[in-house]
Amino acid sequence: METNSISRRNFLRVSGLAGTALCLGFYFPANAKKEELIAALAEGQSSFEFNAWMRIDTDGKVTLTDHRAEMGQGSYQSVPQIIAEELEVDLKDINVIFAIGDPDKYGSQITGGSSTIRGSYKKLLNLSATAREMLITAAANKWGVPASECYAQSGHVIHKPSGKKFNYGELVTDASKLSPPKDVKLKNISEYKLIRKPLNRLDTPMKTNGEAIFGLDKKLPGMLHAAVERSPRLRGKIKSFDDSAALKVPGVKKVFKIQMMVFNTTRDGVVVIADSTWAAMQGRKALRVEWDDSGFEHVNTIDIYKAHEELLKKEEGISHKKQGDTDGALAKATQQIDVIYQTPYQSHAAMEPLNCAAYYQPDKIEIWGPIQAPDWVLNDISTKFKMPKDKVIVNMTFLGGGFGRKAFLDYTHEVVAISKEIGAPVQVVWSREDDIKQGPYRAGISYRGQGAIENGDISALKFKMAGQNIDHWNGPARGKANGSTSEGFLKPYYDSIKNISFADVPYEMPLPNMWWRSVYASTNGFAYESFMNEMAVLAGQDQLDFRRKYLKDERCQRLIDRMEEVSGWKSRQKNQGYGVAITECFETTVGQVVKVSRNAEGKVKIDKVWAVMDCGWYVNPDIIKAQVEGSVVMALGAATIHEITFKNGLVEQNNFYDYLMPRMSDAPPVEVHIMENTADAGGVGEPGLPPFAPALTDAIYDLTGKRIRKLPFNMNAV
Amino acid sequence: MINITVNGQHHEVDADPNMPLLWVIRDILGLTGTKYGCGAAQCGACTIHLNGEAVRSCVTKLNRAAGQRIVTIEGLSANNDHPLQLAWNELNVPQCGYCQSGQIMSGAILLRENSNPSDQDIDDAMSGNICRCGTYQRIRAAIHKAAAMQTEGAKL
Repeated sequence: METNSISRRNFLRVSGLAGTALCLGFYFPANAKKEELIAALAEGQSSFEFNAWMRIDTDGKVTLTDHRAEMGQGSYQSVPQIIAEELEVDLKDINVIFAIGDPDKYGSQITGGSSTIRGSYKKLLNLSATAREMLITAAANKWGVPASECYAQSGHVIHKPSGKKFNYGELVTDASKLSPPKDVKLKNISEYKLIRKPLNRLDTPMKTNGEAIFGLDKKLPGMLHAAVERSPRLRGKIKSFDDSAALKVPGVKKVFKIQMMVFNTTRDGVVVIADSTWAAMQGRKALRVEWDDSGFEHVNTIDIYKAHEELLKKEEGISHKKQGDTDGALAKATQQIDVIYQTPYQSHAAMEPLNCAAYYQPDKIEIWGPIQAPDWVLNDISTKFKMPKDKVIVNMTFLGGGFGRKAFLDYTHEVVAISKEIGAPVQVVWSREDDIKQGPYRAGISYRGQGAIENGDISALKFKMAGQNIDHWNGPARGKANGSTSEGFLKPYYDSIKNISFADVPYEMPLPNMWWRSVYASTNGFAYESFMNEMAVLAGQDQLDFRRKYLKDERCQRLIDRMEEVSGWKSRQKNQGYGVAITECFETTVGQVVKVSRNAEGKVKIDKVWAVMDCGWYVNPDIIKAQVEGSVVMALGAATIHEITFKNGLVEQNNFYDYLMPRMSDAPPVEVHIMENTADAGGVGEPGLPPFAPALTDAIYDLTGKRIRKLPFNMNAV
Repeated sequence: MINITVNGQHHEVDADPNMPLLWVIRDILGLTGTKYGCGAAQCGACTIHLNGEAVRSCVTKLNRAAGQRIVTIEGLSANNDHPLQLAWNELNVPQCGYCQSGQIMSGAILLRENSNPSDQDIDDAMSGNICRCGTYQRIRAAIHKAAAMQTEGAKL
């Protein structure tokens, strides 16, 4: 049993609007180094400093505030599933609402880094158990019996000897007068009734009948609609525009110029305001805009990769991690390889195009949309519009996918600026073309791997990366290495390989970048794990046996055992088309085995993907499986189907007809296995993605003898 | 004024006859279950039934539907209990859920035409619907399940 305590001084008396409610919340002081747990207890007064996390009304209804975004990864289910376990309520009795952006109350709210569960599960368990114990004590006091004779179940406290029971609603008023217990006992994993069970998601029914409200679905009284014509080239400035034809489009009300801020840069746009989305889009088409977009004509994809290659050949870069003497080992090596890997720029291309609604009033700004980081939006809008934070309300809707793009602050700033200009509530809808052509993108990154084998063992591993740094928004010059240069590379390798070095060769390019599902692991993983496979070939060893020698950590050994077992690895024939990779991402390790073959027409097809995930403590195995299944499809698209390319400063892709997506017939069967252990929780939304591309190309090497080092590649041409 | 019937209800719509049904349905009639994904009939998120056929509402003009019958996801069943909706819930198909209205509306026509579709039939019928979350394998399994439910239901 674990015990946890909530300090009494941190309990506050708060109120519910409709009578007494027991409200518990936790609070991360914004400037504190250590997250501090504070619970709040409701009664009487109408104002309180810290917002409630969970609330029990006198009628027994339990309301949970989800402080993170729901963009497909399942927080709307998994957060309640945690709370219901220790609070002893039935999930059907829980009502889930989204929090507004408020980092002072909720702490970090960014849905990124696969952090929703791993960042909050211990506190959620503790809070829920604390509330349960207070309800039990309240019941025991009412009956005049020892609390030890009482237990909680399905929203009731039951007196075991007599069978008497109260529902939670009947206990709230009394419980709210109690001090919280200093220590609460948390269940062992073996005692869980909800956690670790593949329960159906609470948000599924509303996603099968059209009821779920996404950003695009937000309607406000008197809301106008806007479409924005933005520069086809980066940071183009408007020289002039002619709105005469646009203003003749029925429904168009107004046209004006707007500036959208993107970190330390601005982007010009011409806004068309209309009474419907369609009219705004038609008005936009009728605009004539003359841009000064000079200065970016030289941006060409072919040149970017040429520059990467030259830098990787000539420059040593800035050291990121270094142990031993890689150069010394390489100099005397007899068996070595020296290769370059390339990964493309990628669009997030979430199914829900960017959109946002806002209403700017002189004393208040409110915003509604598919927002991944409501706390960041709050701070950004408050600062840019000089509005006190308590007068800025940021509402999250369901997100139709995010993948990192919807944590960017451009579209939220733009809509508020437009609402301010017209003094009315407005919704901006980006077209699919805007979404594809305006970025920001996952940066395309190139890698050089140099390695040596001595007597069948790795004597040196030397990696360099060249590509844009996501941090470039904070200023062009970089004096230190990209902090994510080794992301994705398994930590136990450092314990068993003597000479390893990672370096970042700075490459500046003013293309807008943003994290993309699994961030640097999505590109690093391809390079580093492909290289491990090439090293295994050089050493003449089986890829998994080879890794086993270096991944001595027990969890890694068990992961490899499971990979071998589920995929039939050891009984495969040589050149049957099996490949493998293992990557780490957000404290979770995933190994994948991919099997390919040639179909009747001689084209390579994927027969099966086996994925083994070690994410430590977890909540809902079915959501995890779904995340890995989806990650494989997203990785497949990025490895074989689409890329963003630039020609003379223009993005060459437009829509799904030239930024192609995997379709149903492309999706391979994916078998997902979750390792059972009690380690701390890791992420699940992203870690399934990075190992797929290196495992796939390894499988193709096994089948065809051809090593693919540049993504994307055409499966039909292998 | 253009007359259309949506989910059994008659509407007189005062709008540009060239306005795609997608925006008529969403912005004028307020039925937001039908989604905008591409505006170019590439992704299927806007799929509706026009006179019993699946169409991409983002490229189907209002005047093409004059006097005709439209069904959107909101009208597919009364209680979220079309076999596809039941199967979607049982297999936890949606992740973000944005494309799923369109997936279900495409699947409904397939099931009506083919009570026992093969994997290949499903892949062909659903090839116009993109899911960026990658729920394809579950969609396929759910269509098989719904087909089985439909067959069971017909026997009862």
